[in-house]
Amino acid sequence: MAMEVTQILLNAQSIDGSVRKHAEDNLKQFQEQNLPGFFLSLAGELANEEKPAESRKLAGLILKNALDAKEQHRKYELVQRWLALDAAVKAQIKNCLIKTLSSPSHDARSTASQVIAKLAGIELPQKEWPELIGTLLTNIQQLPAHTKQATLETLGYICEEVSPEAVEQNHVNQILTAVVQGMNSSEANNDVRLAATRALYNALGFAQANFSNDMERDYIMRVVCEATLSPEVKIRQAAFECLVAISSTYYEKLAPYIHDIFNITAKAVKEDEEPVALQAIEFWSSICDEEIDILEEYGSDFTGDSEVPCFYFIKQALPVLIPLLLETLLKQEEDQDQDEGAWNIAMAGGTCLGLVARTVGDDIVPLVMPFIELNITKPDWRQREAATYAFGSILEGPSPEKLVPLVNVALNFMLSALMKDPSNHVKDTTAWTLGRMFEFLHGSMLETPIITPANCQQIVTVLLQSMKDVPNVAEKACGALYFLAQGYEDMGPSPSPLTPFFQDILQALYAVTRREDAGESRLRTAAYETLNEVVRCSTDDTSPMVMQLVPHIMMELHQTLEAQKLSTDEREKQNELQGLLCGCLQVIIQKLGSSEATKYVFLQYADQMMGLFLRVFSCRSATAHEEAMLAIGALAYATGSGFEKYMSEFYRYLEMGLQNFEDYQVCAITVGVVGDLCRALEDKILPYCDGIMTQLLKDLSSNQLHRSVKPPIFSCFGDIALAIGENFEKYLIYAMPMLQSAAELSAHTSGADDDMTEYTNSLRNGILEAYSGIFQGFKGSPKTQLLMPYAPHILQFLDSLYMEKEMDDVVTKTAIGVLGDLADTLGSNAGPLIQQSISSKDFLNECLSSDDHMIKESAEWAKLAISRAISI
Amino acid sequence: MAPPDHRRPFKRPTISDQQRRRELSLLRQAQHRLDAQHRARCLASTVLSLEAPGPGPGPEPEPEPVPELELELAAESEHHVEGGGGGGDSRSPSKEFDVRQASKLRGAEARKWFARQLMLPEWMIDVPDRLPQDWYVSARPAGKRCFVVSADGITVSRLRNGSVLHRFPSALPGGSRTRDVSGSAQSYSILDCIFHELDQTYYVIDMLCWRGYSLYDCTAEFRFFWLNSKLVESGACDPPSQNHRYRFSAVPVYNCDENGLHAAYTGAVTYIKDGLLFYNKQAHYQAGNTPLALVWKDEKCSQYVIDTDSNGNVPRLQQVVLELQDDFKLITSDDPPVVFGSLDNDIVQKSGLRSGYLLKFAISDGGLSFVDGRLDRADLQYLGKSNRARAFADSYSKVIFQYSVRHSPLRIDDLLAAISSRDDRENEHPDVEMVD
Repeated sequence: MAMEVTQILLNAQSIDGSVRKHAEDNLKQFQEQNLPGFFLSLAGELANEEKPAESRKLAGLILKNALDAKEQHRKYELVQRWLALDAAVKAQIKNCLIKTLSSPSHDARSTASQVIAKLAGIELPQKEWPELIGTLLTNIQQLPAHTKQATLETLGYICEEVSPEAVEQNHVNQILTAVVQGMNSSEANNDVRLAATRALYNALGFAQANFSNDMERDYIMRVVCEATLSPEVKIRQAAFECLVAISSTYYEKLAPYIHDIFNITAKAVKEDEEPVALQAIEFWSSICDEEIDILEEYGSDFTGDSEVPCFYFIKQALPVLIPLLLETLLKQEEDQDQDEGAWNIAMAGGTCLGLVARTVGDDIVPLVMPFIELNITKPDWRQREAATYAFGSILEGPSPEKLVPLVNVALNFMLSALMKDPSNHVKDTTAWTLGRMFEFLHGSMLETPIITPANCQQIVTVLLQSMKDVPNVAEKACGALYFLAQGYEDMGPSPSPLTPFFQDILQALYAVTRREDAGESRLRTAAYETLNEVVRCSTDDTSPMVMQLVPHIMMELHQTLEAQKLSTDEREKQNELQGLLCGCLQVIIQKLGSSEATKYVFLQYADQMMGLFLRVFSCRSATAHEEAMLAIGALAYATGSGFEKYMSEFYRYLEMGLQNFEDYQVCAITVGVVGDLCRALEDKILPYCDGIMTQLLKDLSSNQLHRSVKPPIFSCFGDIALAIGENFEKYLIYAMPMLQSAAELSAHTSGADDDMTEYTNSLRNGILEAYSGIFQGFKGSPKTQLLMPYAPHILQFLDSLYMEKEMDDVVTKTAIGVLGDLADTLGSNAGPLIQQSISSKDFLNECLSSDDHMIKESAEWAKLAISRAISI
Repeated sequence: MAPPDHRRPFKRPTISDQQRRRELSLLRQAQHRLDAQHRARCLASTVLSLEAPGPGPGPEPEPEPVPELELELAAESEHHVEGGGGGGDSRSPSKEFDVRQASKLRGAEARKWFARQLMLPEWMIDVPDRLPQDWYVSARPAGKRCFVVSADGITVSRLRNGSVLHRFPSALPGGSRTRDVSGSAQSYSILDCIFHELDQTYYVIDMLCWRGYSLYDCTAEFRFFWLNSKLVESGACDPPSQNHRYRFSAVPVYNCDENGLHAAYTGAVTYIKDGLLFYNKQAHYQAGNTPLALVWKDEKCSQYVIDTDSNGNVPRLQQVVLELQDDFKLITSDDPPVVFGSLDNDIVQKSGLRSGYLLKFAISDGGLSFVDGRLDRADLQYLGKSNRARAFADSYSKVIFQYSVRHSPLRIDDLLAAISSRDDRENEHPDVEMVD
């Protein structure tokens, strides 16, 4: 076999499909029959200098892919499979890999680097392969340049693959020393220096301790800054990438260096090649991100004990930074608006300008206005566009007091530019700027409206006209209309200022969706999204017009379902369109179905609509399924118990949705729809509950399903119990142990990161909502005593949540509500238990004096219920 | 090691409408779940029980002859069944009645139903044990005792006999058509009040339901805590305005120790006092007569110590209203009723009296005589049928209180003495806890 593997690997890359297939089958067979042998021959192939470069590289890649998978469940299996291998086999494979790092073949070295990093990712957290770092770093300075390059690259990959906790600090120190030495200007070989610079990018996360040491930090920063001046462009780019990473990871350590960094970045933005200049701008964008976060935290809490202080780097750099960024705006590319993937210095500079505005607020306005005034009327489109873009960029951040007077002056100019400017590029940016005006300076929250009865008609007329322009301009006009409508959304039932134009707006948007070229520049999507927003802000006087739209949208959906014999590309577009149409119907259902005035007329369409949605399920598209499912949920809520007649047909799609592990969004949405069905059908959902509960329980025990779906499943138990009451009895023996073990898992969050804490809280909330629904469902039934055995654990769970002190407000509210539900349903039987619990005393008292209205309300409910339970 | 991609969204809204649709759906579902939960919590607990003690079991009177309220009320007692034992809400649904259903009742039906929802304190004829430990005291406002229900954007007050006093907008939960903060259609409240004519104020003496949550099964201690914290919050104590026609005010409640009793008895209040109210701290709100709430008065804290007749004069002889039973026995409104004697068949026949009628008597010079603390004999003189507005016969404690006021009244000093002597006793035997 070992003799043959080279040929098989070469055949596996053959252009002849049948040869390739045969080779792949051989490899698969080999792997299944003798895994250690398979791995050994792959590693041997990679290490063998006699073998062709192609077979060596593929051998390494197959080995790498046999160690890792994207999907968590599969990944775990592969890791376990590796760890279970014989120690001697593993050692031999590792030796081959390390040996390959000194191969003259660049591809072989690079492939070996990646495999080593994967193995390190598996073994280091298990405290295995302790000699790895030492082996790599031995005599690194004496190695030939190509081996040194491969070693540094390997170190970089390892840092990318392994979490910092898995590497000892003295190893970290050794890695950093080797990497920084490799980056140093004294390193003559550019490949080594580049590999070292890229390795530092990955190693920065390991350097917490080193960045806290002034001397070590000074040294690292000096080497990085020097590397930005390297004659080699790739090194300069990699060095700026390091600076970007440092700006977000070590913001609080930057103060001593910021002046130098500013000079370096300014020079790069002005003079260097674009890939380098883009990274230089990104450094400042990243500083903005940091300061925006810090200042937001300040804003929500004036105690000023935020962990990281704000150094106001942006505010200090403002007088020089702004001219620098404004200059970049003039470097647009022709037709960048038609190119979805475009990213150039003008775009990066404009984006950074917008971030600066959000960081410093009012201070930016006087620095930008002269540039706008100077350029906005110039004959060169670049100047007009740059001026317009600058204006659009600063509309988020500064106060309305500062901006509204400027916008009042600019509005007419912009409207006329949108109609008359000869440049599509200028019109695109103008429409986008109008959208930003409406997004940030229009709405019921603002004191002085920029849109008045006097100019509303003109604005609408111009936007509708502009929606007939080229696709990229029309798309921005739709966006502007979206925000114009959104500003009126929470105006209440009084006639909206849009009422006189409502019919025209609906017709214009509908016409855009039917444009032949609506597939370009995301135009169709923008038109439907805007249509949705306009529907959301419809009022009693305009809802009849929305009603007239319904048959049209249904007809469109019908047509997509009739289309036959489509190419893959056409089918994809068709599915996207189905998603948009189902989304639009969902918004309409929610709007017309929630008002008594329109509900009954609207529901005449329910049968037809349901028929269409069910047909969407037979098309294979996760997005379309998701949208159809959401629409059905909304329809179920609007029809109430009348939805029962669709259940027999709908049920199998519901089950399908609950089984869709792969597109977990569909699964999550379907779980939500089960909740809608429970509230709509109440006890009429009973015949379907066996199936639904079976599926939900399977979902919970699956390790393939994305974890974010699990909390809503628990909440769904509550919905079901509330709907079917004591009939939930037969599910108790399954649901309660699941809830109990999930509760135990979620009771403690110590040491978890923010993501994990957030997830834990959503899990707790789901569990608590389940308990709430179950208690309330059983309330008043003679079977309440069935719940009694679970009460001690539930109370313990509440107590441990309280002691843990890591609950968010939502969990607090739900938790204290469960205490009430327990007392309410179990009554005096649970009195002594309740009185023993901490929750009924300290926790309850804390909640009673909460500032949060919802927590207080729940706590009052709990106090009431407890007081009844213990006084009876 | 792919180079990092620092491309940022350009001229694009950061949130897609699809994401927004998803979020709005989740929001809608969360809101509906909350509504469903809220509904479950409220509905289950707003059930008012019809187990108020009626004027005792009696045979069904013939319905047609006199459409008097009294008769119909007596008929209602047919439905009275002792509440089921056990904890929680194990009462069978057939005897439960939701106040929201009740609010749909009209005319006589409504009056009948509401008339039996008030807790009626007994008159204090001897001083209860452990006054300072177990009891509250408050100065009772003079005025019309009524039951105030706020629901569906209107507030209705009904007198003891069930007839409507006012129909008005108020700041109580659900009490006016303004947009309620809580926004819930389930939001309604029931208060036990005394309407004080002079300052046109509803003085709240007890709280039965607040924002849809029933307080019936809560102790007085809890109800008063709730009343004091919630009423002000709601704005119901604010001066009248367009959406709030009458001011509400909580009555100050004191622990019934020496200071508390003194404060209630002599303290200045914004209303005219009509005696003192005593509430047992552990007692639930119980419709009908209860010995766990007591009323007491003397000349200093009430203008009407001795009952007056319909012309406002104090009759020479004490008058009582008793209910006629089919065996001609005359009973009080207590449960179980106390028998005061019986009527001669002659009078019954002559006057066309029927079982369930409320009749007025005077206590003649023979007075009442007691054996072992129990009523043995009453010297009754038949005066005629009682006023039609009456819903109930007098209670035993009322008759005895009026009797003792005329003969040997219970004085404030007796109450104070009881408190201080109990204090002493407590001190002497600190570890003896009397629990009944």
